[in-house]
Parts: sequence; C-alpha cells; structure tokens
Amino acid sequence: MENLDQNKSHIKGWGIDADPKNDPAYPMKTRTEHDHEGYTWNRPQQQPVTIEILKSIERPNVSAVYGNSVEPSGLSGKIRRFAFQYGEAKFRHWLPLILADRVNEVEGIIEDIQAKNYPNLFAESGFKSAWKYNKVNIIKNIALGLFVTYVGMKILSRKNN
Amino acid sequence: MLAMTYRGPKRIRVENKPMPEILHPRDAIVRVIRTCICGSDLHLYHGNVPDTRVGSTFGHEFVGVVEELGTDVNNLKIGDTVLVPFNIACGQCTFCKQGLYGNCHEANTQSASVGGIYGYSHTAGGYNGGQAEYVRVPYADFGPTVIPEGMDPDDAVMLTDVVPTGYQAAEMGGIQKGDTVVVFGAGPIGIMAARCAWLFGAGRVIIIDNVEYRLEFAKNYAKCEAYNFDSLEDPVLFIKHTTDSLGADVCIDAVGAEASGDLMQTITGRKLLLQAGSATALHWAINSAKKGGIVSVVGIYGPTVNMIPVGNFVNKGLTMRGNQAAVKRHLPKLFEHVKNGIIDPKGLITHRLPLEEVADGYRIFSDKLDNCIKTVLYPSAK
Repeated sequence: MENLDQNKSHIKGWGIDADPKNDPAYPMKTRTEHDHEGYTWNRPQQQPVTIEILKSIERPNVSAVYGNSVEPSGLSGKIRRFAFQYGEAKFRHWLPLILADRVNEVEGIIEDIQAKNYPNLFAESGFKSAWKYNKVNIIKNIALGLFVTYVGMKILSRKNN
Repeated sequence: MLAMTYRGPKRIRVENKPMPEILHPRDAIVRVIRTCICGSDLHLYHGNVPDTRVGSTFGHEFVGVVEELGTDVNNLKIGDTVLVPFNIACGQCTFCKQGLYGNCHEANTQSASVGGIYGYSHTAGGYNGGQAEYVRVPYADFGPTVIPEGMDPDDAVMLTDVVPTGYQAAEMGGIQKGDTVVVFGAGPIGIMAARCAWLFGAGRVIIIDNVEYRLEFAKNYAKCEAYNFDSLEDPVLFIKHTTDSLGADVCIDAVGAEASGDLMQTITGRKLLLQAGSATALHWAINSAKKGGIVSVVGIYGPTVNMIPVGNFVNKGLTMRGNQAAVKRHLPKLFEHVKNGIIDPKGLITHRLPLEEVADGYRIFSDKLDNCIKTVLYPSAK
C-alpha cells in the first residue's frame, strides 16, 4: 500500500500552515470582549420592508437586509405561512415547507401554461448533454421502462380477461 | 438580463428577468463574469432544500465587475473586479465580530440557524444568486474583495467557496504534524480539503469515494491516497486496518446529504426523506476516527434530523466541528498561497460553459458525466 508518510518534499507547501495551537481547531472563533452582550450590537440600517417576508419565530426582528427573489403566493404561499408559525426545531415547520415546494412546482407549470410559455422539459433537464455523454444508460433505461410497461399491461390484460 | 431560473427538481432554464436594484445603502450591483455550479447547488437542483421557490436564481460562487454602488459603499468603485464570498455578512453583529462570517445574524430573516447565502433558497435568506448576468450584493462595503492584480478570474471564482471551504475543513480538523486525515468525498470540496490537509502538516491523507475518475483526479491533484469504497467491504474496517487498528486522527465529511454507500441511509435519507439526507459519510467519519479524534463536517445536510452513531461519538470522546466557511477570514492567506503556487484553484475546473447552457451544466455535474469535477459558467453581458 502506498504510504506517503516518509517524504513530503513532493508536496508543495507541506506544513506551512501547521499551528500547534489549532487543537482542537481553535481559530474557528475569535473571542471578543462583546461575546456575552446578547442582541445589543449596533445594527446596520434596515432595508425597507416592501414585500412579504416570512420571519422565523426564533428571531426578534427582520434581518437588516433580506432577499427579494420570490414572494410567497398561491396555495404554496399559504402553506409556507402556516410553516412559519412554528420554530425551526419542529417538523411542523420543515415538512410543510417541503410540501409547499412540491405544490409550487405544479403552480409553476400552470403559470407557464397560462402565459403560453410551455416548458421544454428536455431542455430544462439538460437532456442534450445526458444524451451526448450517457447515451447507453439512457437507452437501457428507456428499454427497461418499455419492458416494465409491457409486462404490466400484459398482467392487467390477463386479469381483465 | 439573463438568469438561471429554478422550475422544479431537475428542471432549470435561462430566462429574462428584471435587472437587480439597489435596495439598501450598502448594496452593490455586480455584473457576473464567472460563476460556478457548486456541489451544494445540487441539493437545490434535486429539490432537497426546504423553501426553494420556483422562480429563484441559484449561484453562490461568482466574481464580477461592480456596476452600481449604494450610497454607503465607499471602499469599492465602479469597474472594480471583485470576488464575492458566498456568505452574506454585515461585519457588525456579534458573530461577524468573532470572525464567524458564515453565521451573520443580519442577513437571513427566515432562519435563526442559517446565515444568508446567495441563491440558496429562502431558508438561506431568499437572495437571488450569481448564475445570472447581474446580481445584487448586500453589505458590499464588507463582503466583496477586489481581486488582486494579476490573479486569474478562474482562480478567484474558486476562492469564493471551494478553496476556503476545503481549507476550513482541514483547519477545523485541528490537524497536527504527522496526523492521518481521512476525507470522505472526492468532489471539489473533498479534493481541496485533502490538498489543504497537507498544508497543516498531515502525515498521511486518504480520500474515499466510489467515483473512479474523481479518485484518480484526487490522487493526482491532492497527492493523496485514494480508495473506492465499492471495492471495500467495510470502509470503516479498512480505515482501522490501515491505521494500526486505531483509526484516523481526523476525519472530514465532505459529502453531506446525498451520500451513497449505505442502503439504509440511502433509502431513509434520499428516497423516503425520513431524515435530512443520507448521513453515510458522517456515519463513517465518526466510526473511522481514532478515540479522542476530530470529525470536521463541511458536507451540507437538511435542517431536520439524521441518523448518526451518537453513542460511538460519546464513547470515543470525539470532537465534532462544522460550519459554513468564513471565506473572508481565509482570503488573505489563500491569496498568498495562490500567488506562491502552493494551491492551484483553477486546476479543479474541468468544464466551461456559457450561462445559456446552465441546464446542461447541472446535468453533467449531477450525473457525473464527462469526468466532470467543477463547472464554471460564463455570462455574456458586457
């Protein structure tokens, strides 16, 4: 078995950041004299709250800046609002958020269709590159899918007969 | 402007979206010139991160040119080419003052645990990310750093996340000279963690994965030993046997929620979502570490629960450390290492694509096609 322990000369920079004080991993946090003063820091100016922001109930306030990418809306938004009634230690917070994401996907498709912007599932899934680099597996999967469908249909037709 | 847009698991496209605006006096608007797809973006892509809303733009690794500045940003000027750390940090809260820039408390309203991260769901603040032609950068007077003269933007973009995260993974391991370090996961972060473990004086560095081309890459790039767990009946037993039966001094989990290798973890964590991802790598890390050793975690997990051997963790007296990398804290040292040729960040890049081909970029990275290690996207706005 290869063991590189004997000679490190081939490894550029070996040991240059070695620090005996880094045990166990000390410099992850740099202590200051303000560590125990709680929520008293001089806060940055507040970004004006102009959109609906769902706030963790574990926080006393809206953070000084926040992202404005997508507001909660529709059924998924209602589920997200429900989720944010609970703390982050609760499944009642996270599981509804996961459910909301799945509902949101359907809302996205409906939104696309309403806008006559029909989703190109092949392009969106990067099928072109999958086909280019993984043709054999794709063909195998399609063949397997067709075979399973065929067997399933045969079984169903026998039951019907 | 053109921006990557999430439509659902494994469905993304490039759309025209409104230009970002200055919303706070400390904001900047940056025209993106390089942006990477990160392994943790795949958790979003696969629909595994709660509160990932349709219409969001991903991307937390980017460099670009300052196009517009808020009234309170005095340390940058229009036209500066900046490296933007993936975590949004105010520089004023108690955590930023302690150097915990990945844990800023003034950048994410949606969670008290998670900091603000560009393009990483509303659980990480709801910010649009950098896989776009332009991006809003909050706290621009604190986070972004002007790229040192002469530094290749391909190197710089790797310093927004991959290199500092790999470096911090090794740093959190408290590696002492001669230590045996085992890195689980030969993705870009794991490879960089293995490379950086040597800088702290590791005596032996071992990387474990099951993707052969990545192991080969890791062996050459990080000069470490590389083993395929598919060919090992029990990876933990293998580590024990190869370390005189005691285990490794330091184990690093550089995989996170989408680990393979253990059927029970895969079924409960990835298929049924009964836990916050598959914790195979962390499970192995805890069991492979020597008594009194250190487990360093940079793999990303969901917010609920995971099955890990807590009993062994206690009985072995291990120390476990994890965090999002405090990118800004590491930059001065990493700039020096890049300048001196100690580390070669852009050496990890295997694929370069225009932003318009982002869906293909994700598919290639996600399916590990064409020997992909790291993909960089190039938006074309001038």
